Amino acid sequence: MRAKPTTHERGHAPYPAASVCAGESYVDRPSAEAPVLALDHVSKSFGQVTALADLSLHVGAGEVVGLLGHNGAGKTTTVRLLAGLLAPESGTVRVAGGDPVDDGPGVRAHMGVLPAALVVDGRLTARQNLRFAADVFGVAQDGLDERIDAMLVDFDLGDRADERVAGFSSGMRQRLSLARVLLPDPHILLLDEPTSALDPVAARQVRRALASLAQERRRTIVLCTHDLAEAELLCDRVVVLEEGRIVADGRPVDLAAEHGSGGVQVEVALADVDRARQIVAELAPGDVDRDGNGRLRATGVGRDLLPVLVQRLAAAELTVYEIRRLDPSLEDVYLALHASRNVATGPAVTGTDAAVRA
Amino acid sequence: MNTRAIRAVVKRDLTVVMGSKGVVLPALIVPAILLVLLPALAGLTPVLLGSVSAADMFRVLEALPPEASARLSGNPATQAAELAVTYLLAPLIPIVPVMFATVLAADALAGEKERGTLEGLLLTPLRDRELILAKLIASWVPAVAIGLVGATLYAVVANIAVMPQTGRLVLPTPEFAVMALWVGPTFGAAALGAIVLVSVRSNSTQEAFQLGGVVVLPVVVIVVTQATGVVLLSVPLLVVSGFVALVVAVVLLAAGSALLSRTRMGERLG
Repeated sequence: MRAKPTTHERGHAPYPAASVCAGESYVDRPSAEAPVLALDHVSKSFGQVTALADLSLHVGAGEVVGLLGHNGAGKTTTVRLLAGLLAPESGTVRVAGGDPVDDGPGVRAHMGVLPAALVVDGRLTARQNLRFAADVFGVAQDGLDERIDAMLVDFDLGDRADERVAGFSSGMRQRLSLARVLLPDPHILLLDEPTSALDPVAARQVRRALASLAQERRRTIVLCTHDLAEAELLCDRVVVLEEGRIVADGRPVDLAAEHGSGGVQVEVALADVDRARQIVAELAPGDVDRDGNGRLRATGVGRDLLPVLVQRLAAAELTVYEIRRLDPSLEDVYLALHASRNVATGPAVTGTDAAVRA
Repeated sequence: MNTRAIRAVVKRDLTVVMGSKGVVLPALIVPAILLVLLPALAGLTPVLLGSVSAADMFRVLEALPPEASARLSGNPATQAAELAVTYLLAPLIPIVPVMFATVLAADALAGEKERGTLEGLLLTPLRDRELILAKLIASWVPAVAIGLVGATLYAVVANIAVMPQTGRLVLPTPEFAVMALWVGPTFGAAALGAIVLVSVRSNSTQEAFQLGGVVVLPVVVIVVTQATGVVLLSVPLLVVSGFVALVVAVVLLAAGSALLSRTRMGERLG
C-alpha cells in the first residue's frame, strides 16, 4: 500500500489545510445517507454513438467517488449531465434533489466543475479570472480581495497574479482553474482529471486539498481520472465505466479483493534476469516488466502460484535476492476488468467522448 | 435577474475587447477612414474637382427633395461639397455600429467556443437569458458608442472642411441625426441578431463573422441608392427603416436565443 501524504501546514489556506490527512486513510470513511447526486436509468447518445446506456449511479453527501474508464467510456458525459449542460434522453438526473437542467442556476451555484477544457480565460490576468468567478458565483464581497490574494499564493501563482493567463504553462492554468473552481467553496465538486497537467509536487498538494475538502468539509466529490493510484488514494468508492455502462462499483479494497489477483516482484542477479523473466512469464498471464536493476514485476500471479515460482527459480539455480508478493491494486482491477471485457466482447469501442468532443 | 453576474460578464468581455489589438485597431482605423478622412476629402471637392458649373448643380438639385435643396447654400461652387457631406457620405454612419456589433458579437459568442472557454461559462449559475443578455450588452453598447463617437467626429470634420466655403455649419441635418441616433443603433441590433443566429452553428469567430457579414449589405444598399439618386433618404424613410431593423433584430434575437439554450450548446461542446 502506498504511503499516505504527510502533514503539510498552511498558514492561510483558502481551502482546508492538508494536515488533516496525516496518518489517516482516505478511504473507509462512512458512506453518505442520502444521494446528493443521482442518475437513474440514464441514457444519452450523440448521433449513432451511445455515450451512456441505462446508467444508474448514486453519490452520497461527503462521498468521494472516482469515475474510471477509457476515453469514450462516458465520464465526461456523466459530468455534463450532472452539471445541466446536457439533457438525458431517458432516465432522470438529480442534484441535491433538483433537476440540473430545469433548476440549473440553483444547482450550479453550489457546484464546482473542473472540465477537461479550461475554465480560465487566457486573455485575462489570473486575478481577473478569479474576480470574475467570484462575481458570477456571487461570492461575498467582504474580504474578497484578500481571499483571492490568498488563493493565488496558495496555488503558487502569487507572483504571476497580474499577468495574462495566455502566457502561463499548462500546469499553471490547471492550478488557476482549480483555484477558480474552489473559490466559491462549492458543496459538490465534479473534477475531470484535476491533476493531469500538474507536476508531482503540485499534484500532491491538490490531492491533499481534495482529501481535506472531503474529510473536513464533507464536500461531495466526483473525480474522473486515469490515474488509478490517485483514485485509490482519494476515493471512497470507484466506479468503472465502459461503453456507457458501469462494469464495477465499490470500494477500491473490495474491488481489488474481488477482481485483482495481485502480483509478484522478483529481484535476481543481472546475469539471471532473462532466465528469471522466462520462468515468471510461464506463470504470469500478463506482461512481465523489468527494470535495469534486476527487478521483475508481474501481475496476475496469485498466492497459490508463489511456491511454484520459488521452486522453479531454485531449480534453475538462479541468484535470487528477493521474492515479494504484491497486494492487488486498483490498476490490477482495472486491467483485469478491461481484459475480461475484451475477451467477452472484443476490444472496447472508444469514441463516445470523442463524439461528444467532435 | 442576477445583475452582478451580468455585469461581471459584460466587464470581462469589455476588458478583453479593450486589450485586443484585433478589435481596437479596426475600431480606430475604419471610423477614421469612413467618418474622418472621407468627409475631409469631400469638403475639398471644389479644390479637387475644380469649380462646378451652375448648370451641373441645377440638374443635381432638381433631383433632390425640395426641403433638402433648400438647405444648401446658394453658391454652386460650395453646393457640391455640402451635398457630399450631408447626403452622399452621411449614410456611411450606420456602417460603423453594424460592423462593430458584428465583430464584437462574433467574438463574444462564437469566440468563446473557439477559445474553449464556453464550457467554463456554461458551468456558472447564470441563466441562459442572463448569459445572452450580458453578451448582447457587451457587444451592442460599445458598437453604438463607437458609432456615436464616429458620427460626432464626422460632423465636426465635415463642418470644419466645408465651413470656410459656406460660412455656416452644415451638420447635423435632421437626416444625419436620425441616422446617428436611430438607424445606427437599430441596424446594429439587427446585426447582433444575425450573429446570435449564426453563432448557433459557427465554431469560430471568423465563420460567424463571415456568415453574419451579410448584415452590412442593407447599409451598403442605402449608401448606393442614395449616391445614385434612386432613393433619397428622408427623415420619415429613415425612421421607418430603423423600425424595420428593430423588428428584424427582435425576431432574430428571439430565434437565436431560443436556439442558444445551454443544453444545445452543451451538445456542441468540444
